[in-house]
Amino acid sequence: MSTTTTPPRTNRLGLGIGEYKGGDSTLCAGCGHDAITSQLIRAFWEYGVEPQRVAKLSGIGCSSKTPAYFLRQSHGFNSVHGRMPAVGTGAMLANRDLVAVGISGDGDSASIGLGQFCHLLRRNVPMIYIIENNGVYGLTKGQFSATADYGSKSKGGALNDLPAIDVCALALEMGCNFVARSFAGDPKQLVALIKAAISHRGTVLLDVVSPCVTFNNHEGSTKSYPFAKQHEELLHEISYVPFFEQIEVDYEEGSVVDVEMHDGSRVRLRKTERDYDPTDKAAALAMLMRTNHDEELLTGLIYINEGQPDFLASLDLCETPLARLGSEAVVPGESALHEVMESLT
Amino acid sequence: MSQQSPDAAVLDEEGGGSSASVINDFSIQVATVNGSGSQSANLVLMRSIFRMGIPVSGKNLFPSNIAGLPTWFTIRANKDGWTARRKEIDILVAMNPATAREDVLDLEPGRVVVYEDRLNLSELRSDVIFYPVPFAKLATEITTDSRLRKLLANMLYVGVVGELMGIETQEIDAAIRKQFKGKKKAVELNMQAIAIGIRYTREHIRKIDPFRCERMDKTAGKIIIDGNAACALGAMFAGVTVATWYPITPSSSLCESLEGYMKRYRHDQDGKATYAIVQAEDELAAVGMAIGAGWAGARSMTATSGPGISLMSEFVGLAYYAEIPLVIFDITRVGPSTGLPTRTQQSDILSLALLSHGDTRHVVIIPGTVEECFSLSLEAFNLAEELQTPVFVMSDLDLGMNNWMADPFQLPTRPLRRGKVLSAEDLAEAGEFGRYRDVDGDAIPYRTLPGTDHPLAAYFTRGSGHDADAKYSERADDYVNNMNRLKRKYDTARSMAPAPVVHDDPDARVGLVAFGTSDVAVGESRVQLEREYGVRTRYLRLRALPFTAELDAFIDRCDRVYVIEQNRDAQMSMLMKMELPVERIGKLRSVLHYSGLPIDARFITDELIAAERKENG
Repeated sequence: MSTTTTPPRTNRLGLGIGEYKGGDSTLCAGCGHDAITSQLIRAFWEYGVEPQRVAKLSGIGCSSKTPAYFLRQSHGFNSVHGRMPAVGTGAMLANRDLVAVGISGDGDSASIGLGQFCHLLRRNVPMIYIIENNGVYGLTKGQFSATADYGSKSKGGALNDLPAIDVCALALEMGCNFVARSFAGDPKQLVALIKAAISHRGTVLLDVVSPCVTFNNHEGSTKSYPFAKQHEELLHEISYVPFFEQIEVDYEEGSVVDVEMHDGSRVRLRKTERDYDPTDKAAALAMLMRTNHDEELLTGLIYINEGQPDFLASLDLCETPLARLGSEAVVPGESALHEVMESLT
Repeated sequence: MSQQSPDAAVLDEEGGGSSASVINDFSIQVATVNGSGSQSANLVLMRSIFRMGIPVSGKNLFPSNIAGLPTWFTIRANKDGWTARRKEIDILVAMNPATAREDVLDLEPGRVVVYEDRLNLSELRSDVIFYPVPFAKLATEITTDSRLRKLLANMLYVGVVGELMGIETQEIDAAIRKQFKGKKKAVELNMQAIAIGIRYTREHIRKIDPFRCERMDKTAGKIIIDGNAACALGAMFAGVTVATWYPITPSSSLCESLEGYMKRYRHDQDGKATYAIVQAEDELAAVGMAIGAGWAGARSMTATSGPGISLMSEFVGLAYYAEIPLVIFDITRVGPSTGLPTRTQQSDILSLALLSHGDTRHVVIIPGTVEECFSLSLEAFNLAEELQTPVFVMSDLDLGMNNWMADPFQLPTRPLRRGKVLSAEDLAEAGEFGRYRDVDGDAIPYRTLPGTDHPLAAYFTRGSGHDADAKYSERADDYVNNMNRLKRKYDTARSMAPAPVVHDDPDARVGLVAFGTSDVAVGESRVQLEREYGVRTRYLRLRALPFTAELDAFIDRCDRVYVIEQNRDAQMSMLMKMELPVERIGKLRSVLHYSGLPIDARFITDELIAAERKENG
């Protein structure tokens, strides 16, 4: 018997994809969250982010367990329910060189953490914020969340009688400059969006419909695999050209829109039958309202506004991460104390 | 009517005016309306007494209101340096029609009322000394601008009181120049108001009260500062890099002071900030950001008061269990609930000691003076990082927002202590790393910071159960081992926390234990107890939780120990009872003051003497 060994493929840092994996998932088999985890691993590997530079952050819930399942060489912080935005903000204040990835769920972001979620977006804290959205509280066995659609059915047969919070529309209102939605069952789109997110400076809101196979994958659910597959409406076909790989492909005139990212990468949006401009915020809101009304699951890059200053820029922070400043940089001298004391006599 | 003879003071023969002068020992209370701009005048009056070399303090008793409600500013001058609140007011400046009546009726006989003469106060009683002054009318001499007139009427009373008390004009002028530094027009107008006040007093008031200032030399080289500014300075000189906060009385001025100082002193060579100060959306976010920053290696802090502490509870439990350093300032006010937001109390100590669900124990640093607000705040940052845990600094409204005299602060000689943090080089050398292992036997583990460039550096921080390597675990032995280590870590903290200050007296059988702002009142009360009743006392002032061995030894030396606290439920006493051996517990008594006003020496003396009389049958 002959064995053929192919050398493992490596990224631009010379790392194999295995270096980007984490511990084994303890979620239910077939959970949408695990599919997202796989695409996170792939995107970070393909982009070639140094794992040590990444800070993984989460709150509480099924989604918030997943940072343990990718990037084992990155520091992770599973914090308290709905308050991960604050922890992530603090971490980025302390070390601006980090790449922050926040993983949240619809309960974590749209209910208990709605306030912090809004203020994270409003501040434009540099962070990739992914909501693994299944419309249901899985860990507590199937209660509706605030993103469950009006009239959708719970596993026990109850109808949801409250309107859903659309986290993408909310993010637009809060001033987020990168708003996208995807579906756990669409790996190609998801991996392109995650790589685009890595290239963006500021908060990225990535709402990923991620079916809960145990509590919300039945007939009458609007967050199930069958429903999402049936109702997914692609805004465009997305591909991502990293800054280190300038591949030129000829497209038919007018059929693609390239968005240049701040790191020099490009997001290429290939038109479907619709003509959509992702830099028009009013159009984005109108599109979300219309597709929500029509019960379509709109996916793609909904809104992008590159080149805006992030929160750290507005604080005029020094280049060196605050956490790395030595005493000589942070303790004013004896003369400063003397000057203050003089002013108080 | 009194206005018919404004020149003459109204005074009952037996009521007041003992012929002996009272020098450098008096309290002045200025009663005004919130928002009337009297604060500058009050500070000028206080500072001019300070400049006369007389120990002084200034306390602002204000409502939770922007404008319109009554407010009182109390200046206490005391030649012996006792500057705690004193209940008795010697000179009342009655500028607020709404409270004037009650304020006058509250005075002890023989005291003085300076008042706007339209208020007709002299009819109220005959056993106090009335000096009516037509403030509103005099203000028209300075300016026709009605808004300015209101402000300047305040400065007029500084002139009147200054002249009555014998405060040197040059010191008042110097205080004005300091108060309105760089504002030439304001300095001129205010000096003019002072001069008019002085002239009116000389021409129309015959002084018959005994209260006088005489120059002394007890304030040379001293500073006047509020505790919040002192805490802010402590934080800045501790090298704080991330401060996150949400506005709440009485802590807001701590972060605002910090921002002022940092803007001036904390930039790199390119003029960029070496700090981040963020006003959060609520206290939950404020503490969450400080935790995230502490985790990522910044020296981080937040500041709040009781309601914020309640909100921060869950996050503080996370920081305790996940072992993340940060400093939380609690400038306490009156609870429960919204309580009295602008009054003082020490009623958070029990919450702080045990904050959050589950078994939690926290380190609490308790400054008792503005100097300690500086030095112990600075130390709190070292302790937080050394112990890898949230450290509280508990001050209160009285210390935090009022003006106190102190010696100039000194920088510590010891360098900053950043605790056990492993670098990439350390990891390469060690070849292994487990986040929660007790390597050194002091129960304090090693940590790594996000961004450390070594494959061993990463670990997963969580508030859920974890083993010594930070892996998720629900195993009973992992849980118990970790909780026991945290308990041992708290014991390690006992040897690191600031020790109590003990004033011993081998002849005393009665012991006093107090903490925080009660200190200055306790000091004065001890003198009263000995001088008036012959009761000698030992005194231990706690400066931190956990308790150190000194407390147990102190109680052992006393027959009885009075724990003096500014709360209803004897909270510190409860904490002592949780830890002390049973034979010590029987010795504990309480003196409790919880009206919202700062505790005063006379209260302590009276309560203690009454209790002692009962003890001794």
